[in-house]
Amino acid sequence: MELSLATRTVGEHTVLEVGGEVDVYTAPRLRERLLELIDGGARHVVVDLGRVDFLDSTGLGVLVGALKRLRSAGGSFALVCDKEPLLKIFRITALDQVFPLHPTVDAAISADPAGAGA
Amino acid sequence: MATVKLSFSPAPVHVRTARLVGVAVARRAGVREDLLDEVRLAIGEACTRAVALHRQYGLADPVLVEMSDGGSYAVRVVDRAPIEAGIGLTALPPDELANESLTDEALTTGVGFALLAGFVEDLQVRPVDEGIGTEVRMVWPVGH
Repeated sequence: MELSLATRTVGEHTVLEVGGEVDVYTAPRLRERLLELIDGGARHVVVDLGRVDFLDSTGLGVLVGALKRLRSAGGSFALVCDKEPLLKIFRITALDQVFPLHPTVDAAISADPAGAGA
Repeated sequence: MATVKLSFSPAPVHVRTARLVGVAVARRAGVREDLLDEVRLAIGEACTRAVALHRQYGLADPVLVEMSDGGSYAVRVVDRAPIEAGIGLTALPPDELANESLTDEALTTGVGFALLAGFVEDLQVRPVDEGIGTEVRMVWPVGH
């Protein structure tokens, strides 16, 4: 399945819903969209991986890039993921210790001190 | 023993094709259903690595993927890049992953190896027997 990207705003947070396959071919599109959002002023970004059915190292690299960019801009970045195969990928790469990972968008937003209650 | 060979131009768009073929042959060979996600990811990572190396060195040569099912399911992914590759480069520690000085390429390579090493119990990365290049060899059990 091709990559799908949809953005919505929840209070102070920008939620990017990602679907399909994030791999070496499609990851550049995810990177571009994240850069557009950050360059456009988004500071609290939640990426919802709920409809992602494949994620590889290139996709993970893009997510880490966005995390670094937002942190250096004083923002926040969180991921929503509750699928065991994807969670296993985060555990194996130790990226579960780098990203805030939440089972739902609501949980991600309420756990973010920067934007909670906004 | 049945063998399926696939060779593709080193373009990212073809990596998905290699994953699909790799999983189809794995299923046919009798690899357990619950391992297929790992097969898909590992073949994808090995092919992504090969494509990245070919592009880095400006090589138009195809990447070769060979799948065989003689008692187990073995997949070889062969690149032609002039590097000394080994399995030494495995998981980066978490504090390094988010380090500002780590380049995107280094991060992706490190994460890619971590995934290969984490998902493939029987993994070898070694120079090809003839000529220049590296072979990533992955083996999964078949049957029940």
